[in-house]
Amino acid sequence: MNFDYAPAPESRDLVTIDAHYGLFIDGEFVEPTDGTSFKTINPATEEVLAEVSEAGPNDVDRAVRAAQAAYAKVWSKMPGAERAKYLYRIARLIAERSRELAVLETLDNGKPIRESRDVDMPLVSAHFFYYAGWADKLEHAGFSDAPRPYGVAAQIIPWNFPLLMLAWKIAPALATGNTVVLKPAETTSLTALAFAQICQDAELPAGVVNIVTGDGATGRALVEHPDVNKVAFTGSTEVGRQIQRAIAGTTKGLTLELGGKAANIVFDDAPLDEAIEGIVNGIYFNQGHVCCAGSRLLVQESVADDVLERLKSRLTMLRLGDPMDKNTDIGAINSPAQHARIAELIAAGDEEGAQRWTAPCVLPDKGWWIAPTVFTGVTQAHRIAREEIFGPVLSVLSFRTPEEAVIKANNTPYGLSAGIWSEKGSRTLWMAERLQAGVIWANTFNRFDPASPFGGVKESGFGREGGRQGLGAYLQREVR
Amino acid sequence: MDDRVEVRKTYKLFINGVFPRSESGRTYPALDSKGKLLAHAALASRKDARDAVLAARAAQPGWAARDAYSRGQILYRIAEMLEGRRDQFETEITRCEGLSARRATGVVNATIDRWVWYAGWADKITQVLGSSNQVSGPYFNFSVPTPTGVVAAVAPARSSLLGLVSVIAPIIVTGNTVVCLAAPEKPLPAISLAEVLATSDLPAGVVNILTGQPHTVGPWLAEHADVNALDLSGVDDDSLATEMAVGAAGTIKYALPPCDSDWTLDPGLGRLSAFMNTTTVWHPQGR
Amino acid sequence: MTTTWDGRTGATALRQFLHALPGVDEVGAHGRAAMLSSRSIKADAKRRAIDLAISMVDLTTLEGADTPGKVRALSNKALRPDPLDISVPSAACVCVYSDMAGIAREVVGDAVHVAAVATAFPSGRAALAVKQADTQDAVQRGADEIDMVIDRGAFLAGDYAKVFNEIVDIKQVCAGAHLKVILETGELATYDNVRRASWLAMMAGADFIKTSTGKIAPAATLPVTLVMLEAVRDWYLATGVRIGVKPAGGIRTAKDAIRYLVMVNETAGPEWLTPDLFRFGASGLLNDLLMQRQRMSTGHYSGPDYVTID
Repeated sequence: MNFDYAPAPESRDLVTIDAHYGLFIDGEFVEPTDGTSFKTINPATEEVLAEVSEAGPNDVDRAVRAAQAAYAKVWSKMPGAERAKYLYRIARLIAERSRELAVLETLDNGKPIRESRDVDMPLVSAHFFYYAGWADKLEHAGFSDAPRPYGVAAQIIPWNFPLLMLAWKIAPALATGNTVVLKPAETTSLTALAFAQICQDAELPAGVVNIVTGDGATGRALVEHPDVNKVAFTGSTEVGRQIQRAIAGTTKGLTLELGGKAANIVFDDAPLDEAIEGIVNGIYFNQGHVCCAGSRLLVQESVADDVLERLKSRLTMLRLGDPMDKNTDIGAINSPAQHARIAELIAAGDEEGAQRWTAPCVLPDKGWWIAPTVFTGVTQAHRIAREEIFGPVLSVLSFRTPEEAVIKANNTPYGLSAGIWSEKGSRTLWMAERLQAGVIWANTFNRFDPASPFGGVKESGFGREGGRQGLGAYLQREVR
Repeated sequence: MDDRVEVRKTYKLFINGVFPRSESGRTYPALDSKGKLLAHAALASRKDARDAVLAARAAQPGWAARDAYSRGQILYRIAEMLEGRRDQFETEITRCEGLSARRATGVVNATIDRWVWYAGWADKITQVLGSSNQVSGPYFNFSVPTPTGVVAAVAPARSSLLGLVSVIAPIIVTGNTVVCLAAPEKPLPAISLAEVLATSDLPAGVVNILTGQPHTVGPWLAEHADVNALDLSGVDDDSLATEMAVGAAGTIKYALPPCDSDWTLDPGLGRLSAFMNTTTVWHPQGR
Repeated sequence: MTTTWDGRTGATALRQFLHALPGVDEVGAHGRAAMLSSRSIKADAKRRAIDLAISMVDLTTLEGADTPGKVRALSNKALRPDPLDISVPSAACVCVYSDMAGIAREVVGDAVHVAAVATAFPSGRAALAVKQADTQDAVQRGADEIDMVIDRGAFLAGDYAKVFNEIVDIKQVCAGAHLKVILETGELATYDNVRRASWLAMMAGADFIKTSTGKIAPAATLPVTLVMLEAVRDWYLATGVRIGVKPAGGIRTAKDAIRYLVMVNETAGPEWLTPDLFRFGASGLLNDLLMQRQRMSTGHYSGPDYVTID
């Protein structure tokens, strides 16, 4: 029987989106000084969702001053146990509103509702809950007997996991006693603005969290503001480089979580069915808009044909389409710019002679879409094996021995994550010790948890988010 | 006064376990605290820096892969050798830094003790900085600190021995290798330290010491794509510090900011942790 | 491939083959099953899924207290699950102990299948000759499907050849009746064992592989069914032959049943969405499917007084 699933759309009525949003500064929504705004668009329908304010240098300055005042007058004086209670409140408010926030995220970002509902939102709430508990235990965290926050933290986050990246930034910053000015990505501001309302509902003291929306110029003004004490950035390596240059020679603390080109390594003794799922989850989760995506499949040559055949067969079952449909596996590409970038690299793969296979999906007429794509016959000398694509495009390479797998996996300027699929524990641990990556998933992929440190090495950045180690990003390093 | 004519030492660079002259053939005068010539030190060039990075890179995987216990033993053995040559170091820092004999003794004591302190961390730091993480779900999840790789360091200008050791020891004990620019005005204790290292069991290339001017060599090291992190502790010139920090951004190197502080203070874990990354491993727990 | 694995060489080769199958990562299998469970089946898709599920039910009674009256009642229920709605399809089969097979056959005629559990069900602890006689008896009484149990003791002791040969020997006396091989996955304990036992049964000539007797907990679960569906899919890729899968025990609600159908659809493929290749071994499930069906046709929730209790 042909078992076509009927449409199962999540209700859009769960959220109310304002026509226009101001900036969240000093506990209130305010209009930008020069009144500029931009449109935020549903990438699955091209529908305009709202107008969002663009913060100029004056607005950034207001936000930093608000954060500075809140730090000096309120937050730095408040006992950790009290800070914790605000974070617990926020965690609870997010959990209570998670269904609504999931819908808002999916509308603004284009990711499948199944993912925003089952992955993003539970992790957002959990992250605040986790760091809430640290706020009154910092002296036991192993950094110092008297750990000192930086003061005002400037935080810039990407569009791929908008609210989750906000949580990864704000929760540890507040727990350690910093105040923040956060800039969400310009294509995905709405959940950050909803979070601002949650801060109001939690009665978080004014100025502790400030949210300035805008593009790269807003971000630059924020990073370069002289009264910012700490910069935390998640995004592309190129922008990370610019930020690191911009603050060179200052006393600002810096942590960077940048790009990746992770190897997902499948050995001939892998648990094969789970490995196939891991490959799929590694690169097609969130349309491949994942910095730690397993974008290079390194498969042992002796099982390569079998793995590829199974993978393609599995990919034909992926359901691409309306992100609001509860059965959608692959949603929309977040923006036309990103779509163009992915298309360019796919064209490069074609031109350089790799063999392209595309899952037989019907792409909707409106919005921006890319069907799951697999390139075989890829070597280290192909652009698609070197550059981060940040889309649903897998490059398949083969290897013969564990040594060769390590060499190929490490042969990249990036070092964010890696995957190992093998039933042989001894070899897995041997590999894990040699792979240059901040996160290594063995017989799993793309797992996240507030207690688990995340972050990269080499050009994937430095500093960790999550776990005890994640506190270090927001406490002044004591070096003597 | 003794009639014997002293045999003077030629001070050269320390790269890959041997003592080459600068490939540039250039030297510069190292003066004592009163301005009198002590020796001509090798003036390292950018090509010397390149050679030193090559040596440090080649040595790094093997050094990191060695048992931590073994790294600790090798470093402890170096402390034993430092103790045996303490008179030489006391003489040199007396001349370089103009310290009294008593203070020089104190500095050498502190230096050897500092080295011993760091040596002991080799097989303990993972237990202190690492963790088993209680994630939600059936996974065993652990985090271990891993060495960053090749670190380029600028040793403090004022504290030519204690400061130097306080910079080098925490970098290498965890499995990194180092290219260190010695204090430009006081390079002699650094080369004497190198002589100790050269005759110890420390593998060639783990420590490489260059003498010369941070202004000429520093920016090359900062931009070098095969250097993984910078220690700018000894950079006492703001514009050079900024230039090197900008250079570090090219390949996203962590740069420890300038900090030429009181080197007699308890160092804490700041320097050890600065040049380690956390690697987190997930593994399912199933039947 | 239905040859006997005789002698030491054959037994060794069989063991090597089974042990060379890829392992199953338990956590990954659970994750995949949970993801498939999150599919949302609505409206027309749900309606069709419910009817399909009804047509896949092996309506089962396997009690010491079974009587001819009980079996007749159940057989009538299989024929006409909802006596007031003739658009409801019949169940696939009535599943009883072998001595009751004739009574079931009298009621259902050729309209639905009659399955008999045989081979010293549920433990499987009897001599081969007894098991064969049990099977022959069931076939003679009119069973056209035989649900046999494997010797789990032999399997766990590593005597795969014994398990294999016994399936072959039972198949020989089935006289054309379809052979369902019950792995009793609850006793095999690991998914690696489930995968090996699935292949073993298929190689020995099973027409269906079935999870459980219903007498051991856990009985059917989604992950165990996932592993078995992967096995029949891979068997098809290797041989071109499609083998059926029957989860049995513990499936009580329409919601559960639909989750299984989603799993079949996305694992083995839509070709398996037929009673010829997928069955539910259940009793209470049928009434829940009927109540859900009524809910969808009437627009309001139904209750237990509106389905028959047999």
